[in-house]
Amino acid sequence: MSTTTMPAGTKWWSGGRSPFNASYGKVMMWYFLMSDAFTFGAFLISYGTIRFSVNNWADPNHVFNAFPFAGHANLPLAFVSLMTFILIFSSVTMVLAVHEGHKMNRKGVEKYMILTILGGIAFLSCQAWEWTHLITGDHAVLVNGQIEHWGTSMAKNPWGPEAVFNGQTVSTPGPIAFGGYFFGITGFHGFHVLSGVVINIIMYIKTKLGHFDERGHYEMIEKAGLYWHFVDLVWVFVFLCFYLV
Amino acid sequence: MSAHSSSSSSEITFHPEHSGGTKRIWKIFWVLSALTIIELALGYFLYATHGSLAYTVVISTKVVIGILTLLKAYYIVSVFMHLGDEVRNLIMTIVVPLVLFVWFIIAFLADGNSWKNLRNTNAGSKPYIEKAAPAPAAIEKGDKK
Repeated sequence: MSTTTMPAGTKWWSGGRSPFNASYGKVMMWYFLMSDAFTFGAFLISYGTIRFSVNNWADPNHVFNAFPFAGHANLPLAFVSLMTFILIFSSVTMVLAVHEGHKMNRKGVEKYMILTILGGIAFLSCQAWEWTHLITGDHAVLVNGQIEHWGTSMAKNPWGPEAVFNGQTVSTPGPIAFGGYFFGITGFHGFHVLSGVVINIIMYIKTKLGHFDERGHYEMIEKAGLYWHFVDLVWVFVFLCFYLV
Repeated sequence: MSAHSSSSSSEITFHPEHSGGTKRIWKIFWVLSALTIIELALGYFLYATHGSLAYTVVISTKVVIGILTLLKAYYIVSVFMHLGDEVRNLIMTIVVPLVLFVWFIIAFLADGNSWKNLRNTNAGSKPYIEKAAPAPAAIEKGDKK
């Protein structure tokens, strides 16, 4: 919490100062993030509406149970937990970079920005593996009385209710919306992570070149940090809606 | 921002004190990790008991997971994004519009649920049957979802 006392009787709305006690850039970053929150909120609520409206939505523990190099081991929640912790940890290194920026410690900012960028790249790599695994998956699906082999895509959902065919338990096609929502929302989030990594790399280079020391403050690191934390914030909800419940 | 006084902006009346060390940041990291682990434990509980629990127990567990998620969101926004350190005016201009989500979520999920009921009863013309699987009639249905 802030320990500096606010000047007593400050007239915030009488002009001459920001009523939000923040620079224009920071206020606008907050408004951008708020509008982005509505975008993601609309996506997730639309997903929830469709999921509520059908009888046989895919069971996330069944769909997301793989882990790299673990073969066909059934490990529900494991890989997505790893992704969640990577993102939480990169959020911590980002807030530490902002903290070093407040202290005008360039070396510290550089160190924590590098760690944040690495965290972002690690997350994107995990997502690339997960998508590849789903798209190239091979599941026996009973379609019109015949067995077909499907991966998960925008057009095909092999995670419908199970049926017994020639003594073998196979899937039937599930609601087609599953792939669209999963790839659409995690893709939109992944693209935010990608742009966050690009922004962080630019901030790292600017720090390295001493631009913020010349300017006398590290507020750009703070603004990039706001964006990066927002990406983590959205993941918290994507994690809830797609993997946990 | 306390360590420097050369801020370029004349818009800022005072700088919140941020020099309290990194102890709080790490504390929040452990809080977020603990909340995530509890969520995962509940998620695993739902998985391990799949199909054997009453509907109300499943829904309540999911609601608890949702509340834990909101708690995580609060800590990220308030501490990591430093919104808790800003002046009340800024906090309100960000948080109040987000209250619309309350209506947004209730209205749309209720709509989805109503669609499901219409689907399963042909708009009320037949009784609702739980878990009507669309598998072809000639094939024996599995009891797993």
